Amino acid sequence: MGGFFDTGFGLVLLILLQCLLVTVFVLVSLAFLMYADRKVWAAVQLRRGPNVVGPWGLLQSFADFIKYIVKEVVVPAGADKSVYFLAPMISFVLPLVAWVVIPWGPGWVISDMNVGILFLFAISSMHVYAIIMAGWASNSKYPFLGGLRSAAQMISYEVALGFIIIGVIISTGSLNLSRIVEAQAGDYYLFSWYWLPHLPMVFLFFISALAETNRPPFDLPEAEAELVAGFQVEYSSTPFLLFMIGELMSVFFMCAFIVVLFFGGWLSPIPFIPDGPHWMFVKMLAVFFLFALVKAVVPRYRYDQLMRIGWKVFLPLSLAWVVIVSIFAHYGMFWGAYQRWAIGG
Amino acid sequence: MTAAVVAFYFFSAVAVLSGFLVITARNPVHSVLWLILAFFAAAGLFVLLGAEFLAMIMLIVYVGAVAVLFLFVVMMLDVDFAALKAGMSRFIPVGVLFGLVLLGILYLAFSDWQASEEVLALRGVVAPPPEQVENTVALGTVLYSRYIFVFQMSGIILLVAMVGAIVLTLRHREGVKRQDVLKQMYRDPKQAVSLKDVKPGQGL
Repeated sequence: MGGFFDTGFGLVLLILLQCLLVTVFVLVSLAFLMYADRKVWAAVQLRRGPNVVGPWGLLQSFADFIKYIVKEVVVPAGADKSVYFLAPMISFVLPLVAWVVIPWGPGWVISDMNVGILFLFAISSMHVYAIIMAGWASNSKYPFLGGLRSAAQMISYEVALGFIIIGVIISTGSLNLSRIVEAQAGDYYLFSWYWLPHLPMVFLFFISALAETNRPPFDLPEAEAELVAGFQVEYSSTPFLLFMIGELMSVFFMCAFIVVLFFGGWLSPIPFIPDGPHWMFVKMLAVFFLFALVKAVVPRYRYDQLMRIGWKVFLPLSLAWVVIVSIFAHYGMFWGAYQRWAIGG
Repeated sequence: MTAAVVAFYFFSAVAVLSGFLVITARNPVHSVLWLILAFFAAAGLFVLLGAEFLAMIMLIVYVGAVAVLFLFVVMMLDVDFAALKAGMSRFIPVGVLFGLVLLGILYLAFSDWQASEEVLALRGVVAPPPEQVENTVALGTVLYSRYIFVFQMSGIILLVAMVGAIVLTLRHREGVKRQDVLKQMYRDPKQAVSLKDVKPGQGL
């Protein structure tokens, strides 16, 4: 067994199998997260939510899936066909690729690359292409406006996200996601994680993640009241499904990113329960619950308010935080809470 | 052929092909998309060289920011690219000349150089040996210790350019209604609404 997986062919096969495992796991999780999302939304609005297909409506997502697949694909007459179909594929593939560097447990990662955090940042900054391309290729006014809005929005919030990440990198001294999690281990368990020293940035990161993934209250690209459905208005059937899955997958991926950066990844919050991937998953679900709750309780922002928060509030705050963290880390203040280079890298 | 060689030829072929398609594509938006593919291939080549930090920065800066702006501008502009393309044959000699000069410079840079002992010693001081540290650490060490002033200087030049661009394009016009966000936020019903007792048949 070990001998076969040491050969080149065996290694490729092993990596492919790992990728397949993560893909299947993520996609199956998404089916139920979609259901959970709708249930939370329904509960806030005192409705029942999906409750017909399967026990408690658990199979609703699968019914939706089949419905999307068997519908007819409608392509607008003046659409640029190749770009039109490329856009949903990008939207689906990019968030899937990002899972490659997410560490689920000690050593439980497909590619433990040195620059994992930059890889994630690069992937999430490329997601904007799917939306611009979809908006342009549809050859229609509403999608184009939605695409432009979204491009501006995602670029604005990426800047803040990048600065927040830099704060964490400075504390850890490494760009490797596994190192970042390991640096959060400590005698105080729950209170050793980065959420405590980087507390203000947790909120900023969460809100920026909402904006970056186009979740409500920042879902302006698809604001149905004014742009009908933004960049995806001309899409139907499977391409539309790919957009939906891609969007939800990047939300779930942002949950994983927040957990790794601030909530100690696979580390156990209390002393007597062992660390492991189960903690990672539980924490991701908790963050996802917040995402779902925000969708239900917060009204949508106006576009100028969104831009104002991004550039005039979040950017200066996160930039200032980088400077503050640098000073804390350099002088080892607060009992070295910001200076974990020895542990991390 | 090892996997690295296969990957090298794959990325190079994609880079050359997409670079060619950038200038031959009829649709300018397609040109930009091919350009993005070329950036991707270049990032792949960086990874093969063991410079994963540069590869990621390439993706973040060029693909994630610069090309988005290109795409923005190209999509918004209504330029007749067919008319622009018509003059292409006139500029081909100049383009070829630039290409040759660039090729010559590259040839000079990568031809067989012999470094003296002193130069080798100086190089050793500058960068830690690549076998011992990650290239991110090596880059950081060089940039932030030995070349800190040059690095800061380039940052200041960029800042001046940015300030200049803002100053050139900023216009303050009189009499334009602007939004005062704080004023909006501190406005309450007492200031906004008043109850008037209107007599019947009189109006206000």
